Amino acid sequence: MSFQPFLLRAIEDDDRFDVYVKHGGYSALRKALKEFSPESLTEEVINSGLRGRGGAGFPTGRKWSFIPKNSGKPVYLCVNADESEPGTFKDRELMLKHPHLVIEGTIISAYAIKCNHAFIYIRGEFAEEARRLQKAIAEASAHGFLGENILGSGFNLRITIYRGGGAYICGEETSLMTSLEGGPGYPRVKPPFPAVSGLYGCPTIINNVETLSNLPAIVNNGADWFKSIGTPRSPGSKIFCVSGHVVRPGNYELPMGISLRELLYEHAGGIANDRNLKAVIPGGSSVPILTADKIDVRMDFESLAEAGSMLGSAGVIVIDDATCIVRAAYIISRFYQHESCGQCTPCRQGTLWMDRILHRIEHGRGRSEDLDLLLDICDNIEGNTICPLGDAAVPSVRTSIKLFREEYEYHIKHKKCLVDPVKRLS
Amino acid sequence: MEKIEKSKLSAESIEKIKALLDVFPQRKSMVLPVLHIVYEQFGYLDKEAIAEAARICDVAKVHFEEAADFYTMFPLKPVGKYLIQVCRNISCSLLGSEELVDYLKSKLGIEVGETTPDGLFTLVVVECLGSCGTAPVAQINDKYYENLTRAKIDGILSELREKA
Repeated sequence: MSFQPFLLRAIEDDDRFDVYVKHGGYSALRKALKEFSPESLTEEVINSGLRGRGGAGFPTGRKWSFIPKNSGKPVYLCVNADESEPGTFKDRELMLKHPHLVIEGTIISAYAIKCNHAFIYIRGEFAEEARRLQKAIAEASAHGFLGENILGSGFNLRITIYRGGGAYICGEETSLMTSLEGGPGYPRVKPPFPAVSGLYGCPTIINNVETLSNLPAIVNNGADWFKSIGTPRSPGSKIFCVSGHVVRPGNYELPMGISLRELLYEHAGGIANDRNLKAVIPGGSSVPILTADKIDVRMDFESLAEAGSMLGSAGVIVIDDATCIVRAAYIISRFYQHESCGQCTPCRQGTLWMDRILHRIEHGRGRSEDLDLLLDICDNIEGNTICPLGDAAVPSVRTSIKLFREEYEYHIKHKKCLVDPVKRLS
Repeated sequence: MEKIEKSKLSAESIEKIKALLDVFPQRKSMVLPVLHIVYEQFGYLDKEAIAEAARICDVAKVHFEEAADFYTMFPLKPVGKYLIQVCRNISCSLLGSEELVDYLKSKLGIEVGETTPDGLFTLVVVECLGSCGTAPVAQINDKYYENLTRAKIDGILSELREKA
């Protein structure tokens, strides 16, 4: 039998409460409250092997288990809906089309970690998505799935939606919390880890929207069912966000471990306009670039790491052979420069220099020593900052030079692109 | 007697702010929600309105000003009735966002960062809007416009002009 998506469910009007409930919605919450204790639920999620879908891939149940027992402080859950990694647009679809799935997952997670107040930190630009979630919260509350004594279980929960202000950095978990506390989104040094000292100095769990959306299916079908999908170390499905030069860009929920070839050619319809594949950035703009010959790589955490890249947020950016790689690297680098919070010098200065040097190469003023200078800046940023933003700015620049050095050299020597630019806008 | 100044915040905004007073474990968390409320009313972050909101929250004004400076989605000065924000990041760029910006510049007769003389449109470029699968994308006020083409831009601009 072919794989049936359980996150991006093929159900029309699944954003409606009645439709969601008719198709099994909130049955997992009922089951979780009745058949599981918070501890046994955490155990079940550990056994399922579910790993965080925001990019880092940390095992979700294990993260929950780091909350200290009886700290005497309230426990908070922050739902990370600050989807901002370039190339990633899966959480947006979940919130727009399946908001109750997100809310049900949030309630289940809160029950497991004994949290009575959860926050959904959603990027500020997502106004409609915030409205849909707010509506779902109101409907869930009206039916006793939220509020005091949920379904007679004695468990209380309220969910507050918190809209961000257009800062990429706030998707980083410690920055998300400083933002929620009312400050500029500056990341904090870890340790202490959020599970011990997070929001308002209390134990806090930060889970991505897609991660939480997996919980209803895991509760309903069990850990073994979840493990039967995907690969042994990356179980379950994944929403792959395919953008760029393919015939059918969009979200594709498929088992982990599917090949890049199948994803691009069978699902996304192949490369558009009869052009050839040049490169793929498989996990959002923060991960190393893959050349076209890596097309048979499996799309899971381990296989992509072996191939020299990362699954990241599974934002699969597809680049055809009519694209100048120098320009692509410049655009990505400009983004990190714009979004660096400025706290750490290697990131603040390093991203600025990378942006300026790539700008001058792109505009015909590059120097022969620029490529080694860029690689040197990469080495000096990486590993030297509080949060991963600096590290995230490095891979596209470094791998574009390592994999396409001749294109850079041509740019510097001839003061123009190796490939002739083509019209893209119809 | 205390001097009663005329409020810049609308009654609706004040009500929204007051409804948030007991939502968060710490009052300072109201900073971003209040910026959204002020932005919604004015279309930019009006300084006097923020000062007034800070008094209602009983949170120092400086925290709001610091956030206004840090978070880039709120204009700090009045902009056109329609704020056109074109994504310039990688996926949109791969599908022609630079051409889209050029087309908008020529249609509106303004440069990026400028407002049309009739005060209707302000054109800016922004980083990733999180809708890469429907690139190229622009956000106009709080609404997304996806899979943009020249023909779609023509239609959107004339529709907005009519509505104005």
